[in-house]
Amino acid sequence: MMSTRPERILLLEQLCNAVAVSGDEREVRQIVLAALDGHVDDLSVDPLGSVIAVKRGTARRRTRVMLSAHMDEVGLMIVGTDQPGSLRFEIVGGLDTRYLQGKRVLVGKHRLPGVIGAIPPHLLPEGESGKVDHASLRIELGPGASAEIGDRAAYEPRTRVVGGLVFAKSIDDRIGVATLIELLQHTYRAIDLYAVFSVQEEVGARGAWAAAQRIDPGLAIVIDATAAHDQPTDDDSENTWYNSRLGFGPAVYAADSRTIYDARLVELVRSAAVRRRIPIQTRQPTRGGTDAGGIQRALSGIPCVAVSVPHRYPHSPISIARIDDWENTIALLEASLRILSRTPAASTRARRGV
Amino acid sequence: MNATAQLMGELLAAEGPSGRESEVVKILEPMWRALANRVERSRLGSLHALKRGEGREPRPSLMMAAHIDSIGMMVSGNVGGLLTVSPIGSVNPYVLPGLPVIVHGRREVPGVVTLRPSPPGAVPKQAVAGTAPRIFVDTGLASQQVSRFIRVGDIVSIDLPPVGLESGHMSGRALDNRAGIAALTLCLEQLSTERHSWDVWAVATTQEETTYGGAATSAYALRPDLALAVDTTFGKGAGADGWHYFEVGGGPTLCVGPNMHPGLHARFRQVAEAQQIPHSIEPVPASSESDAMALQVTGDGMPTMLLCIPVRNMHTAVEVVALRDVEETARLLTAFVVSLEPDFLSRMAWDT
Repeated sequence: MMSTRPERILLLEQLCNAVAVSGDEREVRQIVLAALDGHVDDLSVDPLGSVIAVKRGTARRRTRVMLSAHMDEVGLMIVGTDQPGSLRFEIVGGLDTRYLQGKRVLVGKHRLPGVIGAIPPHLLPEGESGKVDHASLRIELGPGASAEIGDRAAYEPRTRVVGGLVFAKSIDDRIGVATLIELLQHTYRAIDLYAVFSVQEEVGARGAWAAAQRIDPGLAIVIDATAAHDQPTDDDSENTWYNSRLGFGPAVYAADSRTIYDARLVELVRSAAVRRRIPIQTRQPTRGGTDAGGIQRALSGIPCVAVSVPHRYPHSPISIARIDDWENTIALLEASLRILSRTPAASTRARRGV
Repeated sequence: MNATAQLMGELLAAEGPSGRESEVVKILEPMWRALANRVERSRLGSLHALKRGEGREPRPSLMMAAHIDSIGMMVSGNVGGLLTVSPIGSVNPYVLPGLPVIVHGRREVPGVVTLRPSPPGAVPKQAVAGTAPRIFVDTGLASQQVSRFIRVGDIVSIDLPPVGLESGHMSGRALDNRAGIAALTLCLEQLSTERHSWDVWAVATTQEETTYGGAATSAYALRPDLALAVDTTFGKGAGADGWHYFEVGGGPTLCVGPNMHPGLHARFRQVAEAQQIPHSIEPVPASSESDAMALQVTGDGMPTMLLCIPVRNMHTAVEVVALRDVEETARLLTAFVVSLEPDFLSRMAWDT
């Protein structure tokens, strides 16, 4: 499974071109299962649909480390039909509804092409802006086509990797999924790696929570994508709340709205960056959350750390990330796992709160 | 793939916002060259194709105009690496965020239309503030690189190939008015196996979305006896109901109002009924907001007619057209040309 760089990019493209709205992660699950089949020690799908891949170390005493990246994405669910081929929909997760009008979508298992239309500007009443509440928007499939209530829909993916940049839908969190697949190429002597490709993160980290209860890891590392609000602001005020920045390396979490991350693990990741001279940034402890929100409170408590790839325009049809930030994220996590592998007692101490 | 879908696909392969149509004209020119007796370009970049009639000289002539330009965007500035854009023609900024684009600078630079981030706790700003668009193009490049490759005035095109929908529908950007260009092209093709006495000029006009400048100048150069514009109109659908809207798949609309000559309108209606071509009558109480406005007042005035193909979600990247409507429009144009008697002008009555 040694992948060359173009293969790594191709896999990322394939993952971003998949549609997997929370609760219907089938397309990504199939890509993950196909990529890992035969390359790990154990591969299974848990009762909620998360994929759990195990790669065991060779030492006698080993720490159980859970890695988590979510397969699902924000999107739409079909909730009704007005007239043939014209569908009502509701939002799943924190989709940015300002982007909906005038977009192409794919509907249901068979990826039926549809469009979300808009009133022609010619016919907007004088002084009216054209802003439409999402409840009055419809997905049009064209007469003769139909969809089932409960079908999921998502923006039509248009992934493009060019000049060291990725333009794609659902970089959040396919870039984490791709990272996890990369990390599973290696064995860490004193670590049993439990890689969780989780479901339903965007609706409350439900998959990761259940998987953590099953695995009972000594510690968990979450790999996600976080917003880079690093552009001039929309009110031209000074941007002191950029969250993270493109090109500044992986974003390490100190805290977010659901989790204060384990201080020892945060320092461990930072020391790995220093040792390997990998640029990192600490994500501003503001909004948002990751799978850690579920994992940290599972069982009797699991120490967590999270690392994200920064990307602009989260939860919109097309986000932007940088390949160098991604590669530095992979390198940082490998280095962190190497350090963990050399100090097998670390996690035991972490669990005891010593 | 159906031949009309293929033709539309070819015509949609390039971007041609008003005043920058030459990439699309380059695609169309060889097609028309293969079908016409003479092809030339106007001083403003419109394409003229002459299909000679069989009548005795001096033959009367008909000009069929369809605009080849589309609405678009132009780079207007660089704010810390983000590009500001200004609209070309009637653009609704709300439908643009999230679309993939190409900036046609010193090289082609990919990007995406976006909204800038809002401070925590603030209500996120919409795509328009007051009347000013607040949309941006992000290329992911640093500000200095942006300055190196991109200048104010560069065209920004939406990077979205058309897609086929159910029941012979197609969705894409710039269907307004490549659908009309396709109808003219199909008509020229059909005329090569038909007999007609009038000379016919097919004209792909530039700058309709801004000034009707292409139609006005080509009509002046060609001085036809009758003028006809083929454009798109508003398609009916969810949230789009009322007298402005027409069924997609219901055939072309025959416009009626001060911009259209009643005698010419009557002939189109007669031909459509005789050939059993589905159509609707579109009331246009004042301005048709089309090339027909310029055609009518060219020279000392011309009898003018306007046919429209219904398009859903006009002026968005997800316009929807029924390919059948393009075909029916071509069939009507052909039947109309064939119906023109050498003395039609004198038969065309004002008060019937």
